[in-house]
Amino acid sequence: MASVRHWLRGIGLATAALAATTILAPQVQAQTPAPPPIKIGILHSLSGTMAISETTLKDVMLMLIEEQNKKGGLLGRKLQAVVVDPASNWPLFAEKARQLITVDKVAAVFGCWTSVSRKSVLPVFEETGNILFYPVQYEGEESSKNVFYTGAAPNQQAIPAVDYLMANEKVKRWVLAGTDYVYPRTTNKILEAYLKAKGVAADDIMINYTPFGHSDWQNIVASIKKFGSAGKKTAVVSTINGDANVPFYKELGNQGIKATDIPVVAFSVGEEELAGIDTKPLVGHLTAWNYFESVNNPANKAFIAQWKAYTKNPKRTTNDPMEAHYIGFNMWVKAVQKAGTVDPAKVIDAMIGISVPNLTGGYSAMMPNHHITKPVLIGEIRADGQMNTVWQTSGTVVANEWSPYLEGSKDLIADWRAPLSCGNFNVVTGKCGGASK
Amino acid sequence: MNLLKAFLVLAMLAVAPPARAQSGDVFAGLASDNFDMISEAVTALALSGDKQAAPTIHALQDEALYTAPDGNLLIKGAAGYVDARTGAQLADIAEDDLVGVRVNNRVRRAVEAALGSLDLFASSPNIRRKAAEAVFLSRDPAILPALSRAIAAETNDEVRLVMRQAQAASLLASPETAEAERLAAVAVIRARGGLEAQSLLGSLRDQTPAVTAAAGEALTALDRLQQLWSMVQSVIYGLSLGSVLLLAAAGLAITFGVMGVINMAHGEMVMIGAYTTFVVQEIIRARAPWLFEASLFIAVPLAFLVSGAIGIVIERGLIQFLYGRPLETLLATWGLSLVLQQAVRSMFGASNRDVGTPQWMSGATQWGGLTVTYNRLTIVVFAAMVLAALMAVLRYTALGLRMRAVTQNRRMAAAMGIRTPWIDALTFGLGSGIAGMAGVALSQIDNVSPNLGQGYIIDSFMVVVFGGVGNLWGTLVSALTLGIVNKFLEPIAGAVLGKIFVLVLLILFIQRKPRGMFPLKGRAVEQ
Repeated sequence: MASVRHWLRGIGLATAALAATTILAPQVQAQTPAPPPIKIGILHSLSGTMAISETTLKDVMLMLIEEQNKKGGLLGRKLQAVVVDPASNWPLFAEKARQLITVDKVAAVFGCWTSVSRKSVLPVFEETGNILFYPVQYEGEESSKNVFYTGAAPNQQAIPAVDYLMANEKVKRWVLAGTDYVYPRTTNKILEAYLKAKGVAADDIMINYTPFGHSDWQNIVASIKKFGSAGKKTAVVSTINGDANVPFYKELGNQGIKATDIPVVAFSVGEEELAGIDTKPLVGHLTAWNYFESVNNPANKAFIAQWKAYTKNPKRTTNDPMEAHYIGFNMWVKAVQKAGTVDPAKVIDAMIGISVPNLTGGYSAMMPNHHITKPVLIGEIRADGQMNTVWQTSGTVVANEWSPYLEGSKDLIADWRAPLSCGNFNVVTGKCGGASK
Repeated sequence: MNLLKAFLVLAMLAVAPPARAQSGDVFAGLASDNFDMISEAVTALALSGDKQAAPTIHALQDEALYTAPDGNLLIKGAAGYVDARTGAQLADIAEDDLVGVRVNNRVRRAVEAALGSLDLFASSPNIRRKAAEAVFLSRDPAILPALSRAIAAETNDEVRLVMRQAQAASLLASPETAEAERLAAVAVIRARGGLEAQSLLGSLRDQTPAVTAAAGEALTALDRLQQLWSMVQSVIYGLSLGSVLLLAAAGLAITFGVMGVINMAHGEMVMIGAYTTFVVQEIIRARAPWLFEASLFIAVPLAFLVSGAIGIVIERGLIQFLYGRPLETLLATWGLSLVLQQAVRSMFGASNRDVGTPQWMSGATQWGGLTVTYNRLTIVVFAAMVLAALMAVLRYTALGLRMRAVTQNRRMAAAMGIRTPWIDALTFGLGSGIAGMAGVALSQIDNVSPNLGQGYIIDSFMVVVFGGVGNLWGTLVSALTLGIVNKFLEPIAGAVLGKIFVLVLLILFIQRKPRGMFPLKGRAVEQ
């Protein structure tokens, strides 16, 4: 009983102290008028399975915010990062997003990696009208008023990669291997339709799905090897995600599949993932991205130097989604300056048409479909785990958020400018609302 | 000296003069930034007979060939830079101005083919054999004259056979070969067998009807053979997967099977073993790189000690208070597994750590139509050794005797003067230590990340329950069964559905036989 009373007294004291500070606060503020900071939400998993990829993105956001504050902040106010940890738990993403928007009152959120986490937070952003910057390459087939997609749509990554293999490696037979979830399934559906449109026979396409974190690749690699010995040049298009890649590449190396025989082009393997493997057996396998750390230009060099200094680790690598956040953040800053306010509704309108330098030596622009223009780079893995750019598009590519190769989406476009202001406008029926009539 | 002679022989071959005639400097093309030009230059260089051709192309393969601003080609070696054209040592090179010669897959293919033709006369039979295999794959008719010379000069029967196969492949690719020769070539390739032979026969175009028919027939025969082999191959894959499951589950067979502790942190013991391997390798890389090939032998006992010690701490600090309360144990150890994961994540970072594979564990060997990778083979042997050692400990040591006594009848054992709490701690430590050793093996085939253990915990419980709790032989049989069933279902149903089928089968089995395949009998079980 005594302890409870003691505890109650503690609360009483604390309340009194709080009251005192709130009374005193205005006087203090009157002397040095510092406007409240602009809060920015960072919604990346810092624990659980996705921490491997997402922790880096949290760090790069903190670096960008610090950098902006050194330049004097934004609209005369400092920026303040609010970091939450959705712990690789998809429903928790929605909860944490709501907390960021309604409790912390952030001006914009940078976050998510997997498509399922994006789908989980989408209703929250559409309901509250806030902004999400999504930095990862994804399957497309979506355009939300409240989301800005700074990663690649399939036509900004997968299709150019297939074109490259067809033209330069004369590939005639295709293995589409992926992890069993929405991004690989949709991407492979698009690729399959695309390949068939290019005259590839159904017999020459092999599709294979594996569970998340698959680690025993023996017979799948053996069947790829067998599929590849039908006398036609064969390539593997890999949408294998995350941790499953390392055992997959190890098995390829051990079974003696070299890039010169059956090249593998991967869409989810970047510098960060390669840092965890012995890359010698992988030399020559391909990746397709919109940015490589090895890209040689002053902006990228400065970014890498800044990143290494910020993390105090000279071995840290940079990767494509980091560049996407770099572009997204700079676009948001420009849009806020243009709108003169951080009010999400005004910033969303100001975003379209904003153009900022990317790290590959060009400019990326925000298009009316809320996706950005990007160059596409094809790289070969080098022995040091970096990519050697062997091909790149001459300019930037505009995203097809709705794939023209899929039945359900070929008539759809997204345009968030007035008066259309629609994410799934059907050009055949002339109505907003998707493929259904 | 022999090598030099070989190049002279090559230089005298008929192909040399025309290649020389095309351009004065065959090296110049290498400095281009167009991949097609570079690969053409490689091919021309190989045929030129220049004595610097082999070192230059080897350097290109190792990405050690650079161009200087003045058009000079340099080879970077251990002792500084060498002029590629003359072989002369160069001093005072401004490294910043050098640009690496660009390589892509096209260039790599040209390099492999070129080295194939250059190395046909090497002194080591192994290198000659590799060269002949490269020629078999590149099937360039231009190499045919060199190949005939090499076959005539060859002393090793095995290498000569590979050379003949390479000759057959190149003959089929040449438009000038007569039909009889082509038919003979198809027969040689059919006799060779293997996926490369199938690939070659499948790619034949524009042949006479007789040749096409012979190739088709050979292809069907090889296909049938291949299918037989693939059945055996599936069994081997299954054994390999089974041995991985066995390793992961062996520790759990002690902590859960013998002691009855539902240990959800078992996977994290495996993960700690894998991180121990990483730390051992980091130290070796920094202090004693020559020891790297033996790093795993050092890591195995260390992983056992580290995981075992952590296991003892967990038993004394947590589990001993929860005996007889399975639900609380489950929740507490599950919480512990999250704590351990996050602790490792904070210490080592969230990303994967690079655990290297020693040379002797890389690559694969061919047994007839079977491919067996060395890392998997090592793990099968290692799993068998771990299980044998574990059984020996339980059967023949004083500690094992006490463990069995305590698990069979705790009160009687205590009455006989055995310190049962101490034995509990040691048994848990033994189970955890074995999980740590499993971690060393898994670091060779899986990611070393904080999530490593999660992927194995469910499989481990499945193996132990299916085999019969408390029975090590049961664990062995169940691990191998699950592995083989999995590998036979995978090609038919796909990896995802295959896993689901295995789970459904297991549920049905447990419904019928709740105590698993080999249940323990007797009074102890009834308690």
